[in-house]
Amino acid sequence: MNNPQLNAAGELQHLLSIEGLPRAILTQILDTAHSFVGVTEREVKKVPLLRGKSVFNLFFEPSTRTRTTFEIAAKRLSADVINLNIAASSQTKGESLLDTVANLSAMQADIFIVRHAASGAPYLIARNVKPHEHVVNAGDGRHAHPTQGLLDLYTIRHYKKDFTQLTVAIVGDILHSRVARSLIHGLTTLGAPEVRVIAPETLLPTGVESLGVKVFHDMKKGLAGADVIVMLRLQSERMRGALLPSAQEFNKNYGLSADKLSLAKPDAIVMHPGPMNRGVEIDSAVADGPHSVILPQVTFGIAVRMAVMSIIAGN
Amino acid sequence: MKTLIKGGRVIDPASGRDSIGDVFIDGERIAALDGAAQGAKADKVIDATGLIVSPGLVDLCARLREPGFEYKATLESEMHAAVAGGVTSLACPPDTDPPLDEPGLVDMLRRRAKALTQARLYPIGALTVKLAGERLTEMAELSESGCLAFTQANVPLDDTQVLWRALQYAGTFGFPVWLRAEDLSLARDGVAHDGEVATRLGLQGIPAFAETIALAKLLHLVRATGTRLHVCRISTAGAVAMIRAAKAEKLPVTCDVGIHHVHLSEMDLGYFDSHCHLVPPLRSLRDRDALRAGLVDGTIDVICSDHTPVDEDAKQMPFAESEVGATGLELLLPLTLKWAVEAKLPLARALAKVTSDAARVLGVKSGRIEPGAPADLAIIDADAPFRVVPEALNSQGKNTPFIGYELAGRVRYTLVDGNVVYASAQK
Repeated sequence: MNNPQLNAAGELQHLLSIEGLPRAILTQILDTAHSFVGVTEREVKKVPLLRGKSVFNLFFEPSTRTRTTFEIAAKRLSADVINLNIAASSQTKGESLLDTVANLSAMQADIFIVRHAASGAPYLIARNVKPHEHVVNAGDGRHAHPTQGLLDLYTIRHYKKDFTQLTVAIVGDILHSRVARSLIHGLTTLGAPEVRVIAPETLLPTGVESLGVKVFHDMKKGLAGADVIVMLRLQSERMRGALLPSAQEFNKNYGLSADKLSLAKPDAIVMHPGPMNRGVEIDSAVADGPHSVILPQVTFGIAVRMAVMSIIAGN
Repeated sequence: MKTLIKGGRVIDPASGRDSIGDVFIDGERIAALDGAAQGAKADKVIDATGLIVSPGLVDLCARLREPGFEYKATLESEMHAAVAGGVTSLACPPDTDPPLDEPGLVDMLRRRAKALTQARLYPIGALTVKLAGERLTEMAELSESGCLAFTQANVPLDDTQVLWRALQYAGTFGFPVWLRAEDLSLARDGVAHDGEVATRLGLQGIPAFAETIALAKLLHLVRATGTRLHVCRISTAGAVAMIRAAKAEKLPVTCDVGIHHVHLSEMDLGYFDSHCHLVPPLRSLRDRDALRAGLVDGTIDVICSDHTPVDEDAKQMPFAESEVGATGLELLLPLTLKWAVEAKLPLARALAKVTSDAARVLGVKSGRIEPGAPADLAIIDADAPFRVVPEALNSQGKNTPFIGYELAGRVRYTLVDGNVVYASAQK
């Protein structure tokens, strides 16, 4: 089966998932992002790499933060950015996903940034766009959020330098998390020797071990000796099903408090993809504390998205 | 009309016969075989040298989409697909719109099918009104219209009280009940086997125990009522083991598997291939191997096509939103032959799963080659290679996970009631 993300030369054509990407491409993206971090700190925050190109932000699921960071990244590359709030327009009028894309394609798009509630939707789009058009997955269902995964990898590399000595603990709602899946694939590809997932059984997908992770139900054991702690957002609707009894009980067992953090390595970093539920999965003292790298993650996110767009547009 | 089929390799799975010979047809019936056929005077001679003469296939589940879904397929298109695939008898589930829950609908469908003079059509009646799982249908009336069994198709019957009563009532008249085993709440929103692949792709899973829990309930009710149960489309190793035990216990239970599940597993979902969005979901390789073992040891009686034509637009959707099902009538034979080769089974034993054993479960006389049997035959070039391409399919449904597969086995002639209803251009 051909990897739908790569072109005939093995270069990145679309970014759909971190899974299946060779280490060399991940490293290329992280290195390119590094060169853009400088740009974002300059007074004139623009490079002309995507001048004349059109980037369509195609968000079938509402999002402010991710859409905005893609928009900023595209603008810093001098692209024209078109934001489409699909949730409020054609889809509600019954237009099919592929019809929507065909229409936008007729408007001369170069890059589609796609977020969709259904896992795999960006694959369907990528199979049906013209050869010069590129698709970047900005989050599909529970499946993947590769630019978030990449910015997490960037952040980890920034603070820890070397992946091959690291113990990374990912905590919380793994079941519904595309962020967790993308990060796990990235870490295993880049050689992190121990990736742990910490969650109650109800928030773990079946056979999660097959992704190459170690499962912990006891957060204290799972955090012991960790270099990196990634807290996931817990959506309140999880409390309505039979997955969790209450936010309080979750916080007590799986929320990151200063106490629990002290079990990790002294120089451990704490990450969170945002938006945070303070007092649920993370206590304010930790979120705002010295171990937290949550705000740098956001800054790096722009550089990583610039890197992704510039690389695929150049291939 | 008298027809002589000369010099073919005649395979009759019911008797185990597999040898070169002649078949003489007089009118609608097979009149004589071999030596007894030689002196007979024929109006028409079919030279079957180098070809296999098999009973026509009996398919226990083919959706024709009429009434109600004519934009997906029509009786004309699908009946033609059937005979092109060597299928001479087929059972259609009642999940049409409206569902086949009253005699008038069944009569109409059978009359229209008959007028097409292609395959024989056996509508399976709805077990409950509108398949809603609340009130029983008029099974005795439906039976007079030609329904040989009753089913809920893919619509689960969650209310165990109703299920129990439905089995009791059907059993009163000796009607078999055909049901799928799937626990409604465990399968809710699920689109793929709950395992490694669904976890990786972020798809909502349906656990294997959704099937075995429901099957346990069905088997308890069979024990209580004695009603004959045919379990449709089993998909898990657990279900195979339970049916094996039920048969050892002499419960009146049979079962079938869809042809897709004989060959494919969750791994075939690849990068969200919506052609693999099926009901039940494609399960693990271990399950697939258990299904194959169950076919070989007789636990699984029948392979069916589970033919479900879907229009292309409904498949061009994100996996979970795409419509379930795949076309199958024209691939049932070559895929059964492929399984026979892979399982190193004699052809007669493999063909039994789509001919005589299927006819036994359905309760019809076709599916065999013997004097007096209906002259429903498929004359096959078992070695003819071909590539599955959507445009070459007669069915209006072009959706199948097997697109691009190289298969072997083409139908040269199909006969129903002694009439040639299909002859391929080649040979």
